[in-house]
Amino acid sequence: MEYEAAKDDILQVENLSKTYRSGSNDLTVLQNVSFAINAGESVSIVGPSGSGKTTLLGLCAGLDKPTEGRVKLCGKHIVNLTEDQRAAIRNESVGFIFQNFQLIPTLTALENVMIPLELQGASGVKKISSDLLERVGLGERLDHYPSQLSGGEQQRVSLARAFCNAPKILFADEPTGNLDEDTSHGVESLLFDLNKEKGTTLIIVTHDLELAQKTNRIIKLRGGHVVEDNSTVKAEIQ
Amino acid sequence: MSNLGFLARTALKDSRKNRGKLFMFMSSIILGIAALVAINSFNYNLVEDIDEQALSLMGADLVVNSNRKIPENILDTLATLPGETASEIELFSMAYLPRIDETQFMRIKALEGDFPFYGKLKTEPADAHDIIKNGRYALVDEGMMLQYNLVVGDEIRLGNAFFEIGARLKNTFGAAGITSAFAPAVYISKEHIPVTDLVQPGSLLDYSLFYKLPKDYPIDQWKADRRKTFRNENVRVETLEDQKEDLEEAFSGLNYFLNLVALVSLLLGCIGVASSVFIYVKTKIPSIAVFRCLGMKGTQAFMIYFLQIVVLGLIGVVIGATLGSAIQVLIPMILTDLLPFEVQMGISWKAIFEGVFIGLIITILFALLPLVSIRNISPLRTLRASDDGEQKRDSLVYVIGVLILLSIFFFLWRLTAEPMTGLAFTGGLAIAFLLLFLVARFIMWAVKKFLPKQWNFVFRQGLSNLFRPNNQTQTLLVSIGLGTAVLTTLFIIQGLILENVSGMDAGNQPNIVLYGIESKQNDEVIKITKEHDMPILQNVPIVTMKVEGWKGKSKKEWQADTTQNTRFWAANREARVSYRDTLDKGELLIRGVMPGPPSTSNDSILISVDEGWARGLQVDIGDEIVWNVQGTRMKTYIAAIRKIEFKSMQTRFFVVFPTGVLEEAPQFQVMVTKSPDNETTAKFRSAIGRTFSNVSVIDLQSILVALNDILDKVSYIIKFMAAFSILTGLIVLISSLLLSKFQRIKEAVLLRTIGASRSQILKINATEYALLGSLSAATGILLALIGGYLLAKFQLELDFNIQWIPIFFVFLFVVALTVIIGMLNTREVVSKSPLEVLRKEVG
Ligand SMILES: Nc1ncnc2c1ncn2[C@@H]1O[C@H](COP(=O)(O)OP(=O)(O)OP(=O)(O)O)[C@@H](O)[C@H]1O
Ligand SMILES: [Mg+2]
Repeated sequence: MEYEAAKDDILQVENLSKTYRSGSNDLTVLQNVSFAINAGESVSIVGPSGSGKTTLLGLCAGLDKPTEGRVKLCGKHIVNLTEDQRAAIRNESVGFIFQNFQLIPTLTALENVMIPLELQGASGVKKISSDLLERVGLGERLDHYPSQLSGGEQQRVSLARAFCNAPKILFADEPTGNLDEDTSHGVESLLFDLNKEKGTTLIIVTHDLELAQKTNRIIKLRGGHVVEDNSTVKAEIQ
Repeated sequence: MSNLGFLARTALKDSRKNRGKLFMFMSSIILGIAALVAINSFNYNLVEDIDEQALSLMGADLVVNSNRKIPENILDTLATLPGETASEIELFSMAYLPRIDETQFMRIKALEGDFPFYGKLKTEPADAHDIIKNGRYALVDEGMMLQYNLVVGDEIRLGNAFFEIGARLKNTFGAAGITSAFAPAVYISKEHIPVTDLVQPGSLLDYSLFYKLPKDYPIDQWKADRRKTFRNENVRVETLEDQKEDLEEAFSGLNYFLNLVALVSLLLGCIGVASSVFIYVKTKIPSIAVFRCLGMKGTQAFMIYFLQIVVLGLIGVVIGATLGSAIQVLIPMILTDLLPFEVQMGISWKAIFEGVFIGLIITILFALLPLVSIRNISPLRTLRASDDGEQKRDSLVYVIGVLILLSIFFFLWRLTAEPMTGLAFTGGLAIAFLLLFLVARFIMWAVKKFLPKQWNFVFRQGLSNLFRPNNQTQTLLVSIGLGTAVLTTLFIIQGLILENVSGMDAGNQPNIVLYGIESKQNDEVIKITKEHDMPILQNVPIVTMKVEGWKGKSKKEWQADTTQNTRFWAANREARVSYRDTLDKGELLIRGVMPGPPSTSNDSILISVDEGWARGLQVDIGDEIVWNVQGTRMKTYIAAIRKIEFKSMQTRFFVVFPTGVLEEAPQFQVMVTKSPDNETTAKFRSAIGRTFSNVSVIDLQSILVALNDILDKVSYIIKFMAAFSILTGLIVLISSLLLSKFQRIKEAVLLRTIGASRSQILKINATEYALLGSLSAATGILLALIGGYLLAKFQLELDFNIQWIPIFFVFLFVVALTVIIGMLNTREVVSKSPLEVLRKEVG
């Protein structure tokens, strides 16, 4: 399937394949995946367990290298960049939310949120970060360590951290997978508010169909192939 | 580096919850640095003090010394020197104390002139040293006066002359060493020597001349220009510089060992640092992956942890240096009796600076080894914890490895002053490291391959912990193994040194030597000895003679020949020759046959000589040697070369004549016997002393006692310093093990959550640790045996034999320690609720 890239694509994936080699047998996890995502879109990636969602997300964000194919993120082909060059792009334009939060245990909530901006050498970092934490309802917990927070609270810190460098694109791997319904809704609305207010592109991997419904577009994976794509799917559902 | 400030702040924040843990990483370096600084401080202070005190120890700018009258040509040469002179004759003889009816073997020092020029003879009453110039007065060793309850004013007979004790003597000049133990000193004026009648053929004499030179007189150059002359005449010429070198030399052996101990502690510390940083980095991988994911560069992430390590390393090193400076005060306290003077102990900035510098470099290098891998930690780990295996080796690791080897090499080079030794040591360490690494790999492979499937779960679980992902087999095997190896080597070497040292005091060594018995007195002396129930262990004649020439040339002709590099000591010393037809025990025939008596008076006289003596004169079997036997010329030929072992206390002869030649020459007898106890010795000594005042009774027991005393002290120091290394090794062991718990904790908690019982988890871990401990200890001990053997054979030249018991205990100890600490680690997991542990450690 060929895809013509539009001018304002923020993420463009071409013929992406990923094969894991373990011993003598190869395991192809992704095969010839191609799609493009416009700036400001919100996209969900769905599919059964083991279909390669996390792998795809990692490749898109430049955390891993594909076996074949190209990824263009924020106007740059990232596959052949060095690890440090990719790190620079991530720091500048990308945000992350993980299923298991991934907060740094030795840093307080506030300090965790501050890292991306501090890495940029920005000023007023503390103010921005504590405002963000305030916004996710943790204004009182700035100095708490991750181990002193509940799962939902940790996820909100991780959200604040993902927002704090005002990313152009935000990747989330099952951001609500570990949370109860109410907390999930809270996190979701934070995500979509950001998408609307700042025009941040959202790419969410989820099993939660309700959450998927809220995005503009759903990409469905199965056995390493894109089996459905496009807003058309979405339109039909609606 | 961009925004170092941010990195520093992050480093500080990140270390917040780990500082205790981090400090443990660095603690292993503390004792290593402490040992290094203590030993270096002591050395520098010692050298400084030697420089300061050498002059007053020597008492003169130049000492000329010979065991015969200083020859005329030397006196002529010396006459060109400006300044003041003095002289001394030193001889050993019996002294008789009439008031208490005791005799004592003494070192008589007969002075002429104003010696010492620097420092002074300390006496009680004070400043009484000049009294000997005023008449027949003697200054007598304080220790001996106390021993016999002598008082100033008592009489003492030296040879045939009586002297009045003028004062107690508190110090002496000239090398006394061990002789002071059996031959206390007595100073008299040289003008009274004739009346004592002590200067006889065969007397143990030593002539000295002292010079006080104008300041800045180039005496070393002067001496160097005349070296050949002095050597030809076998005259020792010692300048202040020589004296300093001698003093420093005397301590270099001890120094060598102490430095080795410091190095061992330092290396152990570094191994500790490397292995704990390695574990620390492992626990930090998830955080680092997040940092990377958020856009941190590899080098930035590296810097965060590098900064932590450098700061803590610096703290550790500074604490170590402080501790070392404190400890060095103790060294001279232990060494007091061994040092010829009081060593001033002050802070040696040079030693501290050096210790901090070396310590920091070597700590950082070792820490870098595991730290560089941080740069390659993939952000992908945030999504999935990948295997360690897939990480490719960083080429920087090899660069650092080479740097470490180089720095160890340079350190060892500086320490031993021999590049080859440095190279051998460094190579040995590298090989040891490699071997341990390979053993670890082999074990992992073997356990995986041969794991018995039918064994029970707990045991299998413990075993497979050795090869599963996140295993600590390599880390612990290398650090515990290397630690054990170094410790065991130290034990082995210490044991060898101590054994060698104590081998000298054997219970059935002879302990009394009678010297200077006239032939006609011999039978009577034997009778007295037998009356005291003492055995005659050796009773041999001694004839004194001089070498006149060899291989067809006279000694003068040889000396004129400057192309020869003959060492003339063998020809210059007055030879004390015995005669017999057989080898003595303790002698080894190297070449030729022991000659028998000449069958006719026209026959050639065949003699046997000592190997070293023959080498000195460059003569061999068949060569002619001409002797002057107290006026009579005697031509001999060498028929046998012997080797003398110096291990037991017997009179040894470099030259032995056959029987039937010297029987009529002027001679005296030496007898060696053994006294059962001090009381018998005292009775025997006074019985001999009463009958024959000319016979010297030398009590070797007191030498043995004094020797043992010194050896005890030396072994104490050796043990004290070795304890340093042992302690460091322990800290390394403990910290490696304590840190290893962070690797196993998650697993244990999960097992516990699934429902494993407390005892099952303990058993799983016990199996793992017991196996790790015993394998590491065994490999380490094997390495130590090889290393110890090589060290003993090639470096220290000691006989190698091992006491297995201490080694066995080392093994047990290491295994037990490993298991116990491993268990303590686990106990924390099993005694708390899983949730609490998970939140705290994994969070
Ligand atoms: N390092 C690896 N080696 C071998 N196979 C791997 C590796 N990483 C992932 N896989 C495989 O790739 C496939 C896709 O994994 P991925 O994590 O992307 O699935 P997923 O769609 O995110 O599943 P889930 O919804 O369960 O999270 C899986 O079958 C997994 O076993
Ligand atoms: Mg997934």
